[in-house]
Amino acid sequence: MNPPRLSIAFLFLLSWLGVFAQTQFAGFRELLGVPFSILPALIAYSALTHGLWTTTALAVVTGLWVDSLSASKLGVSVAPHFLLALLLHLRSHLILRDQRYAQFWIGFGSGAAIHVLVLLLLSAGQREPLTGWATFWQLPLLALMNGVACPAAFILFDALGLAFDYRPVFQSSFRNDRQTVRGRHDRIH
Amino acid sequence: MVLLLALLNLPASVAERLKLVVSGSFLPLFGLRSATHSFLDRASYQLLPRSVLIEELVKARLEISDLQATLLQSQEALGENARLRAALGNPPKGPWNRRFARVIGRDSTTWWRTLRIDLGSRDGIQPNQVVMTAAGLVGRVSQVGLTHSDVALVGDAECGVSVVVRETRDQGIIKAGQASSSEGGYVELSLLQNSPDVMAGQTILTSGLGGVFPSGIPVGVIQDSRAMEGGLFTSARVRLSAALNRLEEVWVLQP
Repeated sequence: MNPPRLSIAFLFLLSWLGVFAQTQFAGFRELLGVPFSILPALIAYSALTHGLWTTTALAVVTGLWVDSLSASKLGVSVAPHFLLALLLHLRSHLILRDQRYAQFWIGFGSGAAIHVLVLLLLSAGQREPLTGWATFWQLPLLALMNGVACPAAFILFDALGLAFDYRPVFQSSFRNDRQTVRGRHDRIH
Repeated sequence: MVLLLALLNLPASVAERLKLVVSGSFLPLFGLRSATHSFLDRASYQLLPRSVLIEELVKARLEISDLQATLLQSQEALGENARLRAALGNPPKGPWNRRFARVIGRDSTTWWRTLRIDLGSRDGIQPNQVVMTAAGLVGRVSQVGLTHSDVALVGDAECGVSVVVRETRDQGIIKAGQASSSEGGYVELSLLQNSPDVMAGQTILTSGLGGVFPSGIPVGVIQDSRAMEGGLFTSARVRLSAALNRLEEVWVLQP
């Protein structure tokens, strides 16, 4: 069954808010040294549950949004998001997407892969990104954040589906056209 | 893939314009954020008891009278400075025109040190204008949109600063480098020559060389120093005066 349009709209809305959230929460950034980042987890969720067009469109738009609020060259974040979305979608039939631990590791891997790829692309450019010993702390933390966010996305969108989608009709084992009459001469109508 | 290659090979000016257009989709959220902050500020004023307000007022009056006395003294020194500069044939230094701006966001990635302020080209902001707080230098305006501007912070690759040690007058450059947020914001200073007199506790000011930053703006305080490259030059760790991670309001210096 195709995912409902509401789910797709909500996915894009959440990504838009996610990009904005990356520029906010100064206290969080000061405490941990990384911005609040859940976008790789959302891309991974989309790749495992939505169609190819939705997933790739989300990856491209999200990459553009991230770059527009950053000093990075426009387009640098698009490639990693797009590649991850495509790879996960093409291999989605091999992934145990309903298992929570699998969702965690997919989110974790997505978070690590996207940030490492972006960093590699930036390093190949003219401006050297700010890296150092703290990078060895930042990358695992970003991966962990997305590892937690991925199962959360599955739970959230499942709840959204239950709240707004048509519920499946419950099939009762009781049949109105059959009844058992108890008495001296038991019979079934 | 074709779209991606086209994006990455766009001319810089087109890419910057496109960036401004795409980031325009976040204007409602930035507006909502500013409105919420203003509302919360006003609400907090309403909740403050009268006695606290009176106490603050008395404190502010004392501070104003103190600053007025300092201003008189400074005006005298400025006048003397202008006369001496005129005698030496140097043009007089103009006063700084400060424009108050609010910080509305930070870089969406971990790899740059930039922030976004709520003033743009319609407010007269132009690239390379200096951004600072009362504590010290913050950076320079790197990109200007209609309603907002991006500021490259001290320590970013886009914001090299020529500096001088106030006590020894040794000159150097603030290099781009990662500053651990938990350490409160440090940057690396490379002095142009070996300077054994440079030591912890000395103050770093902008030198005025380079043409972007006027001289005399406090940048930070030296934490430690060491000789580099077999004693050819000195490198020092500088704690920035302005708390870059906790900035909420800044001044933009305009000509």
